[in-house]
Amino acid sequence: MAQQLRPSKRGSKKPKVDWSRREEAENFASTVKLYRQGKVDHDTFRRFRLQHGAYGTRMTDDYAMVRIKIPAGEIHPHQLDKIAQLSEMYSIGSAHFSTRENIQLHWVVLEDVSEIMHLLADVGLTSREACGNTVRNVMCSPLSGVCDNEAFDATPYALAVAKFLLRNPLNQALPRKFKFNFTCCENHGMIRIVDVGLLPHIQDIDGVKQKGFKIFLGGGLGNKSFIGHQLEEFTPIEDLLYTSIAVLRIFDRMGDRKNLARNRMRYLVNDMGWDKFQNLVLKERALVKATQSVIVKLKIRDAELEIKRSISVNNELPSIPDGFARWKQTSVVSQKQKGYNSVFIGLESGDITANQLHIVADLIREFSGEGIARNGFTQNIVLRYIHDDDLVTLYAKLIESGLAKSGALTMASAVGCSGTTSCNLALTNSHRLAKEVQRKFLELNLDEDEDLRDSSIKISGCPNSCGQHQIATIGFYGGGSRLGKDMYPNYTMSLGGRFDKDAMLGHHTARVPVKRVIPVILKIIELFKQYKQSDDTLDKWINRIVHNNESSEIKSVEDIKKIISPLLIPPTKNDDGDFYMDYGSDTNYHTITGKGECAA
Amino acid sequence: MTDVPIIDYDSLREKIKKNDVRIIDVRREDDYQHGHIINSVNLPLAKLLSDDSPEAIAKIVGDLGIGDDTSVVVYDDTFGALSSRVVWALQYIGHRDVKLLNVTFSQWKELGLDVTTEVPEIEQSTHSINIQSSIMATADYLEKVKDNKNVVIIDNRERLNFLEQHIPGAINIPYRTLSTDGKIIRTKESMRNLLKNRGISEDAEIITYCGSVGTLSGLAYYALKSIGVPNVKLYVHSFKEWKNLEKPIDKQENASYWDLSAE
Repeated sequence: MAQQLRPSKRGSKKPKVDWSRREEAENFASTVKLYRQGKVDHDTFRRFRLQHGAYGTRMTDDYAMVRIKIPAGEIHPHQLDKIAQLSEMYSIGSAHFSTRENIQLHWVVLEDVSEIMHLLADVGLTSREACGNTVRNVMCSPLSGVCDNEAFDATPYALAVAKFLLRNPLNQALPRKFKFNFTCCENHGMIRIVDVGLLPHIQDIDGVKQKGFKIFLGGGLGNKSFIGHQLEEFTPIEDLLYTSIAVLRIFDRMGDRKNLARNRMRYLVNDMGWDKFQNLVLKERALVKATQSVIVKLKIRDAELEIKRSISVNNELPSIPDGFARWKQTSVVSQKQKGYNSVFIGLESGDITANQLHIVADLIREFSGEGIARNGFTQNIVLRYIHDDDLVTLYAKLIESGLAKSGALTMASAVGCSGTTSCNLALTNSHRLAKEVQRKFLELNLDEDEDLRDSSIKISGCPNSCGQHQIATIGFYGGGSRLGKDMYPNYTMSLGGRFDKDAMLGHHTARVPVKRVIPVILKIIELFKQYKQSDDTLDKWINRIVHNNESSEIKSVEDIKKIISPLLIPPTKNDDGDFYMDYGSDTNYHTITGKGECAA
Repeated sequence: MTDVPIIDYDSLREKIKKNDVRIIDVRREDDYQHGHIINSVNLPLAKLLSDDSPEAIAKIVGDLGIGDDTSVVVYDDTFGALSSRVVWALQYIGHRDVKLLNVTFSQWKELGLDVTTEVPEIEQSTHSINIQSSIMATADYLEKVKDNKNVVIIDNRERLNFLEQHIPGAINIPYRTLSTDGKIIRTKESMRNLLKNRGISEDAEIITYCGSVGTLSGLAYYALKSIGVPNVKLYVHSFKEWKNLEKPIDKQENASYWDLSAE
């Protein structure tokens, strides 16, 4: 990989795949019209709308949320510029990065959605099959290609699978949504909590090194969550497509189409039993292979990456701004490519203004040796191939634009789904709570605490899983409680969730009133500091507690519950009126929800 | 006023060559001093708004050397919103030949077109007043007609402001929706398409409003005029006055949309 010292051309790199189809915009516009005229019934329209990536909005039929798919998370600067423009024209002047590498525009007038589709087509993007009972955005670790621990870069395979399945008749009307995640290594990819998770692996077969994957099936988060099962020791890349098709065919044929609450593939796997399901997949794959009338192959674009670092005009070393060391420690990962780094830009609950999107686009052009960025798994964006010598300058520019919050890679950057800011299902304002948690962590410098670094906080506004609370070290999902006749917002807290090779779902511990969430988190951290062993970390400590392996005074989640219980007692409304209001609201709390369409 | 009151930069250059135009630059005086389009005179919007009675407007334009028959073109550097408001004011007092330049000053410069620091000599003129009440809506008028089937009220503020509060029955077309890359107003075809998608008939009586002084909604006014919508009115004192008068207000209930914004 020869480094070439020449100025990178602005926006010179073309996207590898054009995901758009312009006629879908026309079709969407005319279907909306028919729906408004009553010529298309509500259910038919809803399915159509979701298929095209437009999700319903809280308590209204006038607005939609447009979910823009970013396959493998690869995003080009001119695409970010376009999304910035769209957010100002049709949305609220900011965009939202999801936990599945999508970028969402909220509060879009339903009648304007087709215009967005048109303009997305200008930059090769689509919202097609971003919602609905389809294969959702195919994810890939933001560190694929640069991670020290990966067998090989999975990105081209993720893109090829996404391309093969988008608009494929095979998966246009599945029993329920379906998710693929590719990773670099066990630690960065969340492969055990999706329908199909893929870990790159190189196997020595008769002295020949073969590329392939370890494939995990039937995991998923939701009202009931499951960890995925490994299909076989090794799946060579030739079988990647056949395996994917086989799994989709089985799910399409056998998945539950009646019981909405139990129709993700993980229920099918669970009901049937893993052994039987595994057997079925292997048989189906043999059948798929034998009966393909034409040879179907994934188109893998695996060209060597050309890294271009722009020449610095000014050879003086820039002065180091305050906070640089803290930011670098908590937001930057060094790559396997010597001298290069991946910089994680944390966004509060995934929100970013139009202006900031333009700035990120410019920073990619100026600093990223690969000329593109990657959306991350935790509502963030990752600039890669940043040269060691450019980190200070990049940091200074991030400060100017309010994008230099430290702690992107730490427990401080809490995840929050959109909650009552726009979602029909939400019971609480999880979005704002995540921002409040993050602000408190940064205020207390907790992002710098190495003991907390690998732990996480994730918050959902309802028992569904858009905030992925089940895999958080400390997870929360929203609901309502009462004292007498007075309602207050409440979160169910789970402890010890994780998604790595020891993946497990968090252990339900207590119901925490919203205004006590931050005190409870801080109390748990305080207990950890008091009882931790030397070179202990919070996630390890909690892990021992939930497995009843802890030897200190705190032996179980019940012990934690006992200690935090004074914080959980609701005061009367007269004593503390604020307790009865959700974050971001100055009126008393009551639960209101509409019909769910399943968000993320 | 069947003519579309918008002019492209090539036509303006022709007019400049023929010395057949009085150009109004609606930027701050400082910016004007640093360079402006040839032959332009400076009129900061604040000056016009300090007293926007017809008499005051007539006096201001007269002082700028504009008589009843002077051909006038207006530009700004604020995506056309300020210049729209000035064009509208001139039309309101009955000036017939006034047009909005379809690019901003920055875009003009990016196109490599001539600018100068020379200030033209102004020969004072007088301007008559012939009020065009059909292009203006008052709060009372708006309240009276707002429920009529053929009336469409368009709010041109940003989406979050609209969700939070708006005139009942209004629909929201944020001002950013009106422009296109490089022009202050989108193409005729895409403007027609926007209205078609939104189900707004070009035969409707359309009233535009925005936050306080009719700038953003002024731009919307001319975006509608660009495709020849015959009956458009500007509610020039807009939502600020509406609120002060304690007229009815609607909002989007039960959603904390502000917390979704990144501000």
